[in-house]
Amino acid sequence: MLDRIGAVMVKEVRQLARDRLTFGMIVGIPLMQMLLFGYAINFDVRDLRAAVVDEADSSLSRAYVAALEASGVVEFAAPSAGLPDLQRRMSAGHISVGVYIPPDFERRALDRSRPAAQLLVDGSEPMVDSVARGLTAVPLPRRDGIYGSTVPVFEVRTEYNPERRTAVQIVPALIGVILNMTMVIFTAVAIVRERERGNLELLITTPVRSWELMTGKLLPYVAIGLVQVTLVLAVGSLLFDVPVNGSLADLYLAALLFIAATLTLGLLISTLARTQFQAFQLAFFTMLPSILLSGFMFPFDGMPRAAQWIAQVLPLTHFNDLARGIVLRGAPISDLGRPAAKLVAFLVVALAIATLRFRKRLD
Amino acid sequence: MNAPPAIVASSLTRRFGKLVAVDDVDLAIPRAGIYGFLGPNGSGKSTTIRMLCGLLAPSSGTVEVLGHQMPRDAEQLRRQLGYMTQRFSLWDDLTVLENLEFMARIFGLGAAQRRQRIEELSAEYDLGSVLRQRAGTMSGGQRQRLALAAATLHRPELLLLDEPTSAVDPQSRRDFWESLFRLVQQGTTILVSTHYMDEAERCHRLAILDEGRLVAEGSPRVLMRDIAAAVVEVETDDVPAARGALAGDAQIRSIAQLGTRLHALLDRDTPDAAGHVSRHLAAAGVAAQVHVVPASLEDVFVASTGFRHGPADRSARH
Repeated sequence: MLDRIGAVMVKEVRQLARDRLTFGMIVGIPLMQMLLFGYAINFDVRDLRAAVVDEADSSLSRAYVAALEASGVVEFAAPSAGLPDLQRRMSAGHISVGVYIPPDFERRALDRSRPAAQLLVDGSEPMVDSVARGLTAVPLPRRDGIYGSTVPVFEVRTEYNPERRTAVQIVPALIGVILNMTMVIFTAVAIVRERERGNLELLITTPVRSWELMTGKLLPYVAIGLVQVTLVLAVGSLLFDVPVNGSLADLYLAALLFIAATLTLGLLISTLARTQFQAFQLAFFTMLPSILLSGFMFPFDGMPRAAQWIAQVLPLTHFNDLARGIVLRGAPISDLGRPAAKLVAFLVVALAIATLRFRKRLD
Repeated sequence: MNAPPAIVASSLTRRFGKLVAVDDVDLAIPRAGIYGFLGPNGSGKSTTIRMLCGLLAPSSGTVEVLGHQMPRDAEQLRRQLGYMTQRFSLWDDLTVLENLEFMARIFGLGAAQRRQRIEELSAEYDLGSVLRQRAGTMSGGQRQRLALAAATLHRPELLLLDEPTSAVDPQSRRDFWESLFRLVQQGTTILVSTHYMDEAERCHRLAILDEGRLVAEGSPRVLMRDIAAAVVEVETDDVPAARGALAGDAQIRSIAQLGTRLHALLDRDTPDAAGHVSRHLAAAGVAAQVHVVPASLEDVFVASTGFRHGPADRSARH
């Protein structure tokens, strides 16, 4: 029994080592994704193109514009002559934010019942709106006695990621996204390929049991998955300075659980797909909702109820909870019982379905 | 036959939706011989073999292979069974040695036994020089020898070979059959499917399958002797004219051309078959020599498949 599993493993590793493209993807996919998400995709919106119409042109208004620019969120281009020009520049896409300061700015600043100035925001681009709204919290410059009263009510302190760097939020979740991508596709394709090439027909007539075959085929991928986790953590730490606040052992335990879940998902796909192409498509079909709904990019709480239900079925959702908890909040896995239990539940159910569907026969 | 048969099937039937791929087939395949399945593509040869090795479950009927009820006891049969699929189904990206080692481990051969068997088989099947070569880069003949070596590593009692020689040259085919006879000498039972007449003729016994039904069964010699047709050969200088003269006669069921000769199959109960043909030719003014000849296996095949696979049928239909 062990010898048969060993034989399947050796065969699988040999084939994998000879398949340069797949072998390259094991390292290539994590590296590419890390660089992509670490550098190119950035949710810290800074230096939005902006323009100002300052009809007050007083010392207070100039000090206020300077304070806005000092926030780093906007970068002012040449001022506009009037409101119509400001709107034209926005519609032409030259600016995303416009600041309109009316002639009676100083008087309005004293009158709490009316807004002192107007902020025009380009709503056609994602993120700009919420970022620009942050500008409204910029207080009026403090001046002795007279005006300086507008102190923000809240002081925001961002826990676990005080500098609010995207990389810190992204990297732990990226472990899950990368594993999800590679594990599901690799296993689904590895099994479907043998069916497509006729190898399975031969294997079925040998004494190898289906669970021995599956175990032997999947174990090398567990190792590959752990290598990928290590790679992501190393790159995250070296390039993006992402700390691991919790225990590494807990993180690897969670990763192992997630790898098992994704391998099972791949196995399940392989029992549905007839060709490698179908396997690819099915794997991709599970990828997209995983990335969009798991809370990897968009906050889970903001989703409609139906999307939240779908997200509950996706293993990536629960692994994201675990990974962010362990890596950023430094939580021990014992405190993360709920996501861990949900991941185990997924594993058990998917494995049961896959086992029922994979029979050692052709019909 | 004193030993019980290796394979017993009764009323074996397999349907795929509406299609009846194997239709009510009874088989009793004796041990230590080569048993052939002869039939055109789609006649149910592969489906029958797949039911015999437990790859497919029969829709109805029963199969017993080496005393094991299939597909229920399929797992118990595995160690006694060697199977060569129609397509090369070892791994193209593994070397010959790696393929053999893998199959040997799957069949539970220990390290020493493994080495010994691989050495023996690579000598037997002339694989010694290509052990380190990847299977995907080898010729059809080499791949086929590798597949046979892999199927016999564990010395199976029963070998099922599904059209094993469809992708190899004639010399490789002859060598292959020599190997099969050596295996039979050692007591192996071999079941082989083919659509080559010369291969079918080498079998100890033969089953002719047509559209899923067993239409003839017996040793090739007996089948040729007891053919349900009279075989008449016509030698003439004007083959097309002779062919024209004979076409359309109700009793002449099939005409095939062999070089300058015509080979005609007539209903068995035609009185004086040669005379019947001669009269037709004389009436059409075609000079020819006509004589009754012994049937070939191809004649048996054409006759037992209801003359539907003969060339005359094709010309009649169009």
